Amino acid sequence: MTYEVPVAPGESADIEETTGSEREGWPLWEVFVRARRGISHVHIGSLHAADPESALQNARDVYTRRGEGVSVWVVPSEQVYAFEPEAAADYVEANEKVYRLATAYDIPDEVGQM
Amino acid sequence: MTTPEEKFQALIDAEEKVEPPDWMPEGYRKNLIRQIAQHAHSEIIGMQPEGNWISRAPTLHRKAILMAKVQDEAGHGLYLYSAAETLGVKRDEMQELLHQGKHKYSSIFNYPTLSWADMGAIGWLVDGAAITNQVMLTRCSYGPYARAMVRICKEESFHQRQGYEILIRLCQGTSEQKEMAQDALDRWWWPSLMMFGPHDSESTHTEQSMEWKIKRVSNDDLRQQFVDMTVPQAEYLGLEIPDPELRWNPERGHYDFGEIDWEEFWRVVKGNGPMNRERLEHKVRAWEEGTWVREAAAAHAAKKAARAA
Ligand SMILES: [Fe+2]
Ligand SMILES: [Fe+2]
Repeated sequence: MTYEVPVAPGESADIEETTGSEREGWPLWEVFVRARRGISHVHIGSLHAADPESALQNARDVYTRRGEGVSVWVVPSEQVYAFEPEAAADYVEANEKVYRLATAYDIPDEVGQM
Repeated sequence: MTTPEEKFQALIDAEEKVEPPDWMPEGYRKNLIRQIAQHAHSEIIGMQPEGNWISRAPTLHRKAILMAKVQDEAGHGLYLYSAAETLGVKRDEMQELLHQGKHKYSSIFNYPTLSWADMGAIGWLVDGAAITNQVMLTRCSYGPYARAMVRICKEESFHQRQGYEILIRLCQGTSEQKEMAQDALDRWWWPSLMMFGPHDSESTHTEQSMEWKIKRVSNDDLRQQFVDMTVPQAEYLGLEIPDPELRWNPERGHYDFGEIDWEEFWRVVKGNGPMNRERLEHKVRAWEEGTWVREAAAAHAAKKAARAA
């Protein structure tokens, strides 16, 4: 519980999700951080900012206050393309060609490490 | 044929994470939005009680620590709004709903911070209670929420330790300073226990939240964990927990403790705590006073984009 508010007796647990006025605010950006040299940038979250410069500054302040990164990328969220949910399911389920895996082949022990 | 509900539950039972934009039952989505939005709002409103003491911190060192902590809480709010947005709610909409009083935040922030010792008590008890809960939430079935919790938990440890250290110093100080520490514990102990929510027997939705693995430990179990952890820490400080019924129960292997004042509990939840009105007014004022900044930033961005085009 702690930061969740209990539902008082007789109250509804439903919460409103919109004011009806569709406030947009600043655009949304996805944030990627490279934790240290030698590894890739990894997606870490998102934030809102008016432009790329302030998105970068906000990303630094929000996501790397304790040396979590040596490099940050921000990408407009609307520029990220992904499979639609149904296509994404097919995509995951298609990983069934075991003959593509090294473990699918029996090599006699005498041959040694391969 | 398995239904989407069955597939969804099977994924959760297999300890896999739900990730956006996976299909999810409407109840699961609603439950999460409620919980994450309230959690985010709590972090944001939670800056006020401590912000109150930044300008009056006893030393520059303590002031820097307190500012860093309050900044972390802002960050926690932002990680959580970011997680909530993956469920299709907009951050500015959540803000507005909070301002309109339609979204709530944790009651703990509706208590006043009357002395410097409260900075110690909040870090030790309030952040301590939050940690107990948030450690559980790192294993929550919703990926973005669980990941936000991992980040938050790392930072909370700093919050709790700096608070406890404030109290150590006060308890080693003059008798007046030690009294200040005791007074802070007296005022923050029960509200901290209230943070864990109603008894399991009174708590609606717990069963469903457990089945969906949004919540993994019950309110009463978490509260017990917190008490067991905190009592020895109070003993170390030489402070007395304001509960005459508190005692070690060797049979249970836990501390027994007294009953929360549930009338006060519901009074604050329903908006009639000591600081409810002031906290919300302050939040709305800060938002309104920031309007020109948001507008200027948007105008600047538009101008630059037009120049680049
Ligand atoms: Fe926090
Ligand atoms: Fe905290």
